[in-house]
Amino acid sequence: MATDTAVDVVMPQMGVSVSEGTITRWLKQEGEQVEADEPLLEISTDKVDTEVPSPASGTLTQILVQEGETVDVGTKVGQIGGAGLGGSGAAEAPAPAAEPEPAPPTEETPEPATAEAAAEADAASPAETPAPTAAEPSAAPPAAPAPAPSGNGKAFVSPVVARIAGEHGIDPSQVPGTGSGGRVTKKDILAFVESGGAQQQPAPAPAQPETAAAPAPAAPAEAPPPKPPAPAPVAAGETLPGETVEPITAMRRGIAEHMRRSLDTSAHVTSAIEVDFSRIVSVREKLKKEYQAAYGVNPTYLAFVAKASVETLRDYPYVNAEMRGDSIVTRSFVNLGIAVELAEGKGLIVPVLRNAEGLNLLGLARGISEIAAKARSKQLVPDDVQGGTFTITNPGGYGTFHGTPVISQPQSAILGTYALVKRPWVITDESGNDAIAIKPMMNITLTYDHRLVDGALAGRFLRDLRERLEHWESEEG
Amino acid sequence: MAELTYLQAISDGLRTEMRRDKRVFLIGEDVGVYGGAFKVSLGFQEEFGAWRVIDAPLAETAIVGGCTGAAIMGMRPVAEMQFADFISCGWDQLVTVAAKQRWRAGTPVPMVVRLPSGGGFSGGPFHSQNPESSFAHIPGLKCVCPATPEDAKGLLISAIEDPNPVLYFEHKHLYRRIKGEVPEERYTTPLGKARVHRGGDDVSVITWGAMVYTADEAAQQLGSDGVSVEIVDLRTVMPWDKAAVLESVRKTSKVLVLHEDTRSGGFGGEIAATIAEEAFEDLDAPVKRLAAPDTPVPFSPPLEKAFIPQVEDVVAGLRELAEY
Repeated sequence: MATDTAVDVVMPQMGVSVSEGTITRWLKQEGEQVEADEPLLEISTDKVDTEVPSPASGTLTQILVQEGETVDVGTKVGQIGGAGLGGSGAAEAPAPAAEPEPAPPTEETPEPATAEAAAEADAASPAETPAPTAAEPSAAPPAAPAPAPSGNGKAFVSPVVARIAGEHGIDPSQVPGTGSGGRVTKKDILAFVESGGAQQQPAPAPAQPETAAAPAPAAPAEAPPPKPPAPAPVAAGETLPGETVEPITAMRRGIAEHMRRSLDTSAHVTSAIEVDFSRIVSVREKLKKEYQAAYGVNPTYLAFVAKASVETLRDYPYVNAEMRGDSIVTRSFVNLGIAVELAEGKGLIVPVLRNAEGLNLLGLARGISEIAAKARSKQLVPDDVQGGTFTITNPGGYGTFHGTPVISQPQSAILGTYALVKRPWVITDESGNDAIAIKPMMNITLTYDHRLVDGALAGRFLRDLRERLEHWESEEG
Repeated sequence: MAELTYLQAISDGLRTEMRRDKRVFLIGEDVGVYGGAFKVSLGFQEEFGAWRVIDAPLAETAIVGGCTGAAIMGMRPVAEMQFADFISCGWDQLVTVAAKQRWRAGTPVPMVVRLPSGGGFSGGPFHSQNPESSFAHIPGLKCVCPATPEDAKGLLISAIEDPNPVLYFEHKHLYRRIKGEVPEERYTTPLGKARVHRGGDDVSVITWGAMVYTADEAAQQLGSDGVSVEIVDLRTVMPWDKAAVLESVRKTSKVLVLHEDTRSGGFGGEIAATIAEEAFEDLDAPVKRLAAPDTPVPFSPPLEKAFIPQVEDVVAGLRELAEY
């Protein structure tokens, strides 16, 4: 079955300055049939990574150099035809027949084919390349000089083939190609799809189920990142002077993915309202000492806003809702997400206070403080970041007075609180006289999914929230 | 229906419009007494009189300029350039005045310039050109390139009806060689609507004018080898039917853009670029162009044959794409 003549497969010379190459993959296994010029193995050299075409048609009888091994140019790496199973030395391999021209397999003497390829590869300096000498009278092995493996080999995937492959989750390299150089044509891949070949492929990575998806960067920083998508191949050596490169952390990847997905999902609209915090400031002054002394808890402004929000949500179920498939899901509870910035800008996480509707001001203040501490000390467990129904973010700590946060999916709104500042404010007394007073004012925004929450509804929500804050009723919360 | 030559269909269309609309008149060199260099207007002067079939001096500037003025004043002039090549003398009137009048002043310029074009009969460099891409590049002008007798009539009537200056490229090599059924009544063929000359699945040829027939012969040859070729006849180069081209590309994923005009700056480049931009993800092979080389049209018959894309050139190009 083997062809009578053994033909050596050698590590080709890929340009004069290249002296060795690494075999990255054998495309055929021992015993497999191969056609002349059909890609036989893949190699990697200093200059290029390429496929090596078979020098002859026949059976691949021997693989002498395994994948991952690096050998000098000209080294015999395999053999087509011949006995194959004989000794390890290739020289013995050719049958004892009177074939006059077994290619000398010694490593010092380059194969004619190789030499020719080298001459082609760098004709400018032929002196360095031993030309095929006249002393080689025999017909060269049927091998054509290794054609420069450029162009449309099997590896080239045309745009339409790439698109169809993507649509069906097919690896084009698994599709038998009939185009030039074995290229997979549109017809090939369509036939493959039709024949059900796609099903034999590993299923494409399942899309993350929306409902189960943890909100925002759900992964606790310490837990092993939940299988980040394979990083896109970053071309090495593309850094420009002055640039610094750092890998993307799992958390940053999670944030990036979530932010993008949220903007792609919800119709983000932001409404803002100005709230007079005079009453809250004075209530807080009183409660602060009491809470600190009795419970060691600081009643923050955020806790007041959280309390008022949770109460207001009761009247606005859509602001505490979710669009789930074709349905709108509302709740009798509020799982309140609190956006927490991690130290040194390492990211953002949204731990969740469950059943916030059952907490008074003290409970909210304590809960927020505890969960933020857990987040910063990386002690959150997955449950702590899941199941949020409404989120509050407080970017006002640095003095910003307005923002447009991104909704934590699949929620329908996020409340933003901003810097509390003293501002001149027009007040009207009982007899209708206007005066300018100095008031501690805070801007509060509601960013909502306009698919579900109408602007008027958001406006009424903010109005009622302001009402609660400006006329804070119970000091007990 | 009557079977008419391509040339008779042009005459028929022109006669139909002149009978229907008194604003339509014909002006050109030898179009009157002599009936036109190619006899398109044979018998017209007898029927319509010397005031509507006007023999002009050898002055294309005057012919095109006169038509432009007449069109602005409400007439529907049809000018005949004896050969398309001679339009260069009328360039200024056509490009500077007629093409921009509507834009500058709001006045329509409903004129048609008939341009006997194309080679294939040793006409040499001054009588064989296909200058459609030069004018397709000028905003304000339309370019019509009929391939069949039926289209020749319908497109001419549409061109005369159109409120813009329209260049009507009639291919000389088709004049008496191509015959086909042509409805006797008046009809219009819309500008900007391509025609699928031949349906196929494997490779698309986008072409117009006489090359439709070259492509068709090539398609017949390849058909016997099992390669199914679709031929899209643009009919009009400006406006051109992008949707029809992209539809064919989406079907076959392999395209040959073919024209008789020279390659660089030829209108095929615009089509190829559009395909690359808008149908990139449908391509299974590079977009291929086949056109005349970038030289004047040679007079010598063997050289002219080498110059104008031949059936075997198209076969080779299509085969290459099919095997890609």
